[in-house]
Amino acid sequence: MIEIEKLTKRFSSKIAVDDVSFRVVPGEVLGFLGPNGAGKSTTMKMITGFLAPTSGQIKIFNQDIAKHAIAAKRLIGYLPEGAPSYGDMTVLHYLQFIGQVRGYRGKELQQRVSEMIQTINIADVAHQKIDTLSKGYKRRVGLAQAMLHDPKVLILDEPTDGLDPNQKQQVRTLIKDLSKDKIVIISTHILEEVSAVCSRALIIARGKIVADGRPSELEAMSRYCHAITLELEGGSSDQSGHARQILAALPCVTDVEVDETNANAMTLIAVEGENIVAPVMECIQQHSWPIRDFHVERGRLDEVFRRITQEVA
Amino acid sequence: MSSLGVVYKRELNSYFSTPLAYIFIVIFLMLTGLFTFYLGRFYERGQADLLPFFNFHPWLYLFLVPAIAMRLWAEDRNNGTIEILMTLPLSLTDLVLGKFLAAWSFVGIALALTFPLWISVNYLGAPDNGVIFASYIGSWLMAGGFLAIGSCMSALTKNQVIAFILAVVVCFLFVVSGSSMVLDGFNGWAPAIIVDAIASFSFLTHFNAISKGVIDLRDVCYFLALIASWLMATAIVVDLKKAD
Repeated sequence: MIEIEKLTKRFSSKIAVDDVSFRVVPGEVLGFLGPNGAGKSTTMKMITGFLAPTSGQIKIFNQDIAKHAIAAKRLIGYLPEGAPSYGDMTVLHYLQFIGQVRGYRGKELQQRVSEMIQTINIADVAHQKIDTLSKGYKRRVGLAQAMLHDPKVLILDEPTDGLDPNQKQQVRTLIKDLSKDKIVIISTHILEEVSAVCSRALIIARGKIVADGRPSELEAMSRYCHAITLELEGGSSDQSGHARQILAALPCVTDVEVDETNANAMTLIAVEGENIVAPVMECIQQHSWPIRDFHVERGRLDEVFRRITQEVA
Repeated sequence: MSSLGVVYKRELNSYFSTPLAYIFIVIFLMLTGLFTFYLGRFYERGQADLLPFFNFHPWLYLFLVPAIAMRLWAEDRNNGTIEILMTLPLSLTDLVLGKFLAAWSFVGIALALTFPLWISVNYLGAPDNGVIFASYIGSWLMAGGFLAIGSCMSALTKNQVIAFILAVVVCFLFVVSGSSMVLDGFNGWAPAIIVDAIASFSFLTHFNAISKGVIDLRDVCYFLALIASWLMATAIVVDLKKAD
């Protein structure tokens, strides 16, 4: 378990992390969300022991990172932002170096490194210098470095930044496949990633936690939760304007948004907590409007994210 | 192999994985040769010793050792690998010592490769090999002093060029504080104890003492204490500046 108590980090006059407390239990994949400069990376740097907090306490499985730094660092695998590594080393030599630092020797070291190279799928570049690799490969070498000792805690700062969609998918699958007794903390700008891999999301803005919950709970905070997006078949703009007026007048609909690029498409915002599917369907059938598309939204994480982080700013 | 050993091995290998090591060694050997034979008038003196060779070492190190030391920390800070190093289960001592010892060994290798001179002078005459051996030890200790200063300067900045210039300047002060140029400036008015103190801080004073053939414990302690203090300063600076 990771326990973080009243964590604060001050850089000269600026507060980067402001009195943050939370716990993460094994099996959780925690996503850190927040605008640039919100304090995500700073928090991660403190959890990994790279930065000392101004005040507050961090415990990794009961090891205080300030007092038992080496013991705590053994439990953690960390991919820093930008996945730095030694460019003049080959992938193999670099991973062997990391393995040695992690305490592997001889046969065990060779085995661990070759297993990792297989898992992360970098066998074809194992003998190349890291400097010569593409961004995607460098990122994967960084991941291999972090996961080499099968750590109980994995902290990944923007693990999919700069990867193409296939590589992103690969990394996400990798994170999901990690055994269930681990703690994974990832930071990201990509909101779909949170829904895809995280079991819990923390939104941080201005150094404070502004939202904490399962991705579905955060989505439910959206005004688009239970909203219906529908598109009418063909028709003139008069006809769909008429339909829009009727639908907007329904008591369970608070607002209607029109798609700027398609006059026939609209989103009906539900009154909070109400299910508007039945009355809207009924209304459509009554007027027998031809429907091309109809779906109920779960909520939009990006809208929640924007609203929450801008409120703080 | 301990953690220190792992760091040491990686650092030492890193010198040879780029052309840096080979260029450094070639330039070092060329310059020592040039100084010894041309400026030092090795043949014209007609004496079987390596004094002309060792006399130029402080001045040679003044530029070459900071060139080795400048990358020690500045490179790691610049490309972010410092964050990897400092979050691995390694102590700061492992890192500071491992990096320093690797660089010191590397300079030792370059110094050892000047052995043909030692063979030549034995072939040409009958030198005092004890003095030559002591001078080699003294020269290597002095290189360690330069390196420790360079290590600290490298920790101060992300920019290797700035690290190099800072190291040259600080090393220069440590060299010239024993030269007559500086001491004469104090001789007229300052009390003798201050002049002696300034002189005793100089690399030259201690190196010259060792290269006369006497490995005095005080001179060895001077270099070791100097190395230890600058390495401690390095550790403090690394810890303070790592996140900048």
